Formats: sequence, C-alpha cells, structure tokens
Amino acid sequence: MAVLLLPVVKIGWDAATGGLGANPIEAVQNRLGFWTLVILALALVPTPAKDLLGVSWPQRLRRILGVTAFGYALAHFLFYVGVDKFFDWQTISRDLTRRPFLMVGFAALLCLVPLAVTSTDGWLLRLGYRRWKLLHRLVYVAAALAVVHFAWRVKADPTRPLLFAAVFALLLLARVPGWIRAARR
Amino acid sequence: MARWKPDLRGSEATPEETWLRRRDFLRLGAAGAIGAAASALPLPAGAGEDDPSGEVLPVARKLEMAGGEKPTPWKSVTTYNNFYEFGTDKADPAKRASGLRVRPWTLAVEGEVKKARAIGIEEILKMAPLEERIYRFRCVEAWSMVVPWVGFPLSELLKRVEPTSRAKYVVFETLLDKAQMPGQASRILEWPYTEGLRIDEAMNPLTLLAVGLYGRVLPPQNGAPLRVITPWKYGFKGAKSIVRMRLVEEQPRTTWALMAPTEYGFYGNVNPAVDHPRWSQAKERRLGEFFRRDTLPFNGYAAEVAGLYAGLDPRKLY
Ligand code: HEM
Repeated sequence: MAVLLLPVVKIGWDAATGGLGANPIEAVQNRLGFWTLVILALALVPTPAKDLLGVSWPQRLRRILGVTAFGYALAHFLFYVGVDKFFDWQTISRDLTRRPFLMVGFAALLCLVPLAVTSTDGWLLRLGYRRWKLLHRLVYVAAALAVVHFAWRVKADPTRPLLFAAVFALLLLARVPGWIRAARR
Repeated sequence: MARWKPDLRGSEATPEETWLRRRDFLRLGAAGAIGAAASALPLPAGAGEDDPSGEVLPVARKLEMAGGEKPTPWKSVTTYNNFYEFGTDKADPAKRASGLRVRPWTLAVEGEVKKARAIGIEEILKMAPLEERIYRFRCVEAWSMVVPWVGFPLSELLKRVEPTSRAKYVVFETLLDKAQMPGQASRILEWPYTEGLRIDEAMNPLTLLAVGLYGRVLPPQNGAPLRVITPWKYGFKGAKSIVRMRLVEEQPRTTWALMAPTEYGFYGNVNPAVDHPRWSQAKERRLGEFFRRDTLPFNGYAAEVAGLYAGLDPRKLY
C-alpha cells in the first residue's frame, strides 16, 4: 500500500525541485487537504463494491485506506499549525472558534479520531461488530463536514467541492441495496 | 489631503542593475566570459522563465516605495496570479493568457468628462514619462509581494479627458471576450470584471496606470496591456486588461463586492484590523518568506493616503 504515500513523495519531490510554485506552503496545505478527501472516498469504496459487484478483495484495504485518510487529515492540520501559522496560538485559537470554514474542517478531523483509534481488531472485539459499525458511520459526517470545509474555502468556483459532494453521495447511495438486503434477513 | 512628496524615498531607488546583476552572476557561472558579454545585451524574450522577458520599456525615473525591500522574483510575480478570466488556479493565467491579443488595444474613456475619447495603446504609452515604481502588493488572501511596476500616475490620463464636476467615481472595465478569456465561459463572477475608485483616490499620485513590470511590457497574466495599481488597497481593486473607464456620479457596483458583499467592500483598503470572514488580515505571507509578517495599515502607505479617508469609519474601510 506504499501507493498511498505517493502524494507525499510527490510533494517532497516538488519541494526539492521548485515544483510547488511561488507559494509552496499554501500548495502543500492544499495538496494534503485534497488527498485526504480522495483517500477518504477510496475508503468508502470496498463495501459497496462487495455488495453491488460481488468483488471482495478491496475489503482487505479498507482499514489501511481509512487510517491513511486520517493520517493525511492529521498532517494537513499539523501543517497548518506548525508551518502555515507557525504555532501562532492566538491566531489558531481565533481561527478555530470564529471561522466557520476552519471550524468544520476541525470538526471533520475530530470525527475521524475515534474511527482511527478503534480501527484495530482489539477495538472491534471490544465494541462488538454492531456498535463498531454504528460508530464508523461517523465517516459520513466527517466527509460531509470536509466537503463543506472545502466549499467554504473556495472563493468563487464551487466545481471541485461539488464533485466531491457528488462522489460521497454516490458512495452513500451505493450502500442502500446492502442495507435493504441486511434488513430483510 | 496628503501631499505628494516626489522625493520621499525616490532617491533610494534600487537601480535596475541590482536585479540584473544576479542574472549576470548566474551566467558568469554557467558560460564564463562569453556569457558575461552576452548578458550586457537585453535579454531576448523567452530566454528562461526565471529572467524578466518581453519588450524593454523606456523608463524615465525610478521610485523605490517599498521601504527598501527586495522585489519578488519575476518568476513568482508572473506565475502566481489571480486573474479569473483565465481560470481560478493561480498557475492558470501564466499558462492560458499568453495568446491574449494586446495590439491593437483601445481604451474608451467616457461618462462625466468633457473630452470623452477612445485612446490607442501606443498613444497611452507616450502620454507621460514612464516611471518604475517599486510598490508592496497585498492580496486580500493574505499573501503579498514587492513589485517593480512601470507606468505613470492615472491622473495624467484623467486630466486629459477633463472630468466634469459630477465625476465622483471612476469605473474600470476589463476586456470581455470569451474566445480569448476562457474563464469567462463559466459564470463564477459577473463579467466583465468591474472595479472602481473614488475620483480623489484615482487622482492620488500613488495610483498608477501600469503598463510594465521589471522594465518590460506587462505580461498578459499580469493584466496586459494596461491595469490599475493602488498599492494601499487589496489587489482585487486593481482591474487588469482595461478597455473602458467611465467617470460617474454614483458609487459603482464592483465585481467582488457584488459577489460576496460581506467579504469584499468597495474600498478594499488594506486594514489589518478588519478580518476577512475566513481568515485574519493581521498578517501576511510575503512570497518567498517562511514566517508571516505583520500587515501594515494601508499597506504601509498611510502617510500618503490616510488623509483621503478622514472622517470615515475605519471599520468600513475594507
Ligand atoms: C478531514 C479533515 C479535512 C479535510 C478532508 C480537508 C480538506 C481540505 C481541502 C480539500 C482543502 C482545499 C484544497 C484546495 O483548495 O486545493 C483544504 C484547505 C484548507 N484546510 Fe483543510 N481539510 C480538513 C481539515 C482541516 C483542519 C482541521 C484544518 C485546520 C484547522 C484545515 C485547514 C485548512 C486550510 C487553512 C486550508 C486552506 C489552505 C490555503 O488556502 O492556504 N483543514 N482542506
């Protein structure tokens, strides 16, 4: 699953070769945010892939995808704190209490924390599958908040956030047949 | 009203050689004596995107008005642009604007003036002696640069059309041409891009009608062939690729103020005390620097322009 680290490698490569443009800090911040969303969406593919297409091998990737998405989200946040704002706590605390675009981003990150923590087999056993599954539906809340974060950040052109919104909506829709089947059982 | 003092910091003007010298140095390293000899000649266009390129403009005098700060490199100034007519990504204008036809180009000046007329770009270029002015440039998005513009005070042009007593504002309109400006195909903003200044702001000696950059003609992505620069205001106030100026009595509706009235005001004055709803304006990132630096009221030009706003609520001046 080293593929999932390619975006980071690419950032490192571009940073070394001047490929990040005139404002590299902004570029890295945005790229980490973008890849968080992409990998989060990928983590939602395995289940409907099995339900609808009967393909079950992606199931094995679900955990690593989810945990990696959290890793990117955390990196995106830590980059904001440690590089973009350089530990300027006054500005950071004001940002996180006053600016809706950052508040929803932060809320999205907070939603992902319990999911990353309970991603282990031990936690799955401790919670029991039902409760674990219920908890992990939080991922949709996280995705929705993240899309809102993206949309509010954009100044004029909402195309890219709308695209992500559509992808997440489709992924949710793709689960409906599975739910119906489960309810019938 | 603040009086203009031409000798203010003009005597400290950074000579053109300062930024040319770096290139000479690089060439010396690369190609030895031949390179050194060649660098004495004007650089041909496209010699390398790191170096200033394009037709050289005759610059009559130089004013350094950025507190002695080093200009942001040419490459950054010409590849990091907000010019939504060519796309919303900052790299889009440099990639997509190169084909913009800037000759012939006509500027219509009309409205509350005694001598409304259409002026060709060649005439504009000869209207007044060209000056290099090194100004700070602060974007509303909290990044900034230092830019050696070439141009002359907008007042030089406005005087020639003789505004009437009813001329209270000047409206600037960017070219509307979907074929050349692919960004105008989507209705993310109301086209054509429209900006405006109060007449006293427009007549202020700091307000520049810019036709060049780094001693060369303005590249398309920076608003060729002519744009307005008001260094104490956020960058969006400076309309690019202008085809029309209208002098009017009422405060005009301007593009960003229409699009998001809670985020962008008519004045657009740089004001560290008034935050954008989505970020603080107290600090800015100067391109090329790691740490954010404090944003100055009126972007450091308070001495020249604060008098324009005497009696106005400073909280409204954003
Ligand atoms: C799951 C959580 C998150 C996701 C998926 C996410 C995603 C994104 C995306 C897609 C962008 C825009 C990229 C672009 O325009 O190209 C972005 C921008 C940004 N995000 Fe996040 N984000 C998350 C959490 C956060 C958090 C917790 C913070 C900080 C408190 C944050 C701070 C920012 C900032 C400051 C920008 C703008 C960067 C700039 O323009 O310089 N994000 N984010």
